[in-house]
Amino acid sequence: MSTIQPNIEQPVSEEMQLVRRAKRGDDQAFEELVRRYDRNVFRIAQHITQNREDAEDVVQEAFLKAYGNLAKFQEQSKFYTWLVRIAVNEALMKLRRRRPERTVSLDEEVKTEDDSLPREVADWSPNPEQLYNQAQLRDILMRTIQGLPPGFRTVFVLRDVEGLSTEETAEALELSIPAVKSRLLRARLQLRERLNRFFQKRGNGDGHRKPASGDGDQ
Amino acid sequence: MKCSEFLNELTNYLDGMLDARTKSELDDHLAWCHNCYVVCDTTRKTIEIYRNSELYELPDDLRSRLRSAIMSKCAEKRKKSDPPLE
Ligand SMILES: [Zn+2]
Repeated sequence: MSTIQPNIEQPVSEEMQLVRRAKRGDDQAFEELVRRYDRNVFRIAQHITQNREDAEDVVQEAFLKAYGNLAKFQEQSKFYTWLVRIAVNEALMKLRRRRPERTVSLDEEVKTEDDSLPREVADWSPNPEQLYNQAQLRDILMRTIQGLPPGFRTVFVLRDVEGLSTEETAEALELSIPAVKSRLLRARLQLRERLNRFFQKRGNGDGHRKPASGDGDQ
Repeated sequence: MKCSEFLNELTNYLDGMLDARTKSELDDHLAWCHNCYVVCDTTRKTIEIYRNSELYELPDDLRSRLRSAIMSKCAEKRKKSDPPLE
């Protein structure tokens, strides 16, 4: 009789199978996990440390730590979230070492009256990224995100660049969900504000007539 | 709805995490408030631009160098932690 089936076993994800094999000592399974996430860890580490050598070190150290601590991984979160947490901590340590004069912490209190509220509201060109060549655009984007405080930058990168959910970001950074949300909002608004001067519609000079928007937003 | 209230919900709005009622309140605000419309639109573009930017890609040669360094250190670690049986 097939009626109700209590406690349906969760299917074990392919990733968790790899993790379990790695726990049992299968290094090929661990290598597969490295292959899966090394690029992500590198990007995250670069964004936090802003230094290529440090980012390379972070990739190595994060995976080695994960390897050494696999037995302690409880399998209650995704392996990737757990790995990101290790990588973020390693990256922050590097950053602190390089900038001992500034305390670097993810939960430094964020001032409420802040500069993320839009001051300048100007519309952008329809395809702002096409206003520059690739090298220029990279340079603009890098310098702009590097100007954000580490706590904002990191939330933005995990959530918007790497695509972690709000919950996963909170877990990886050991922050509350409201804290992640408020940082994400500020990070997004600050980036937007800082990109304004590169991407906004140029008045007149480009030979196009400004669309009549009705309200003077200059 | 005031602009500041709109801004507070902007992240949820952009991420599509609002109930239908709040969302339609925000849509109404956007329909008449040009400033919030522009902020919303350019914030969305900001996210898209960064998401597509590939700022820090790991070059293939460095990638395989890092991976073999990691795996050989893992092997060392294992040797230390479980010595061969006598
Ligand atoms: Zn408004």
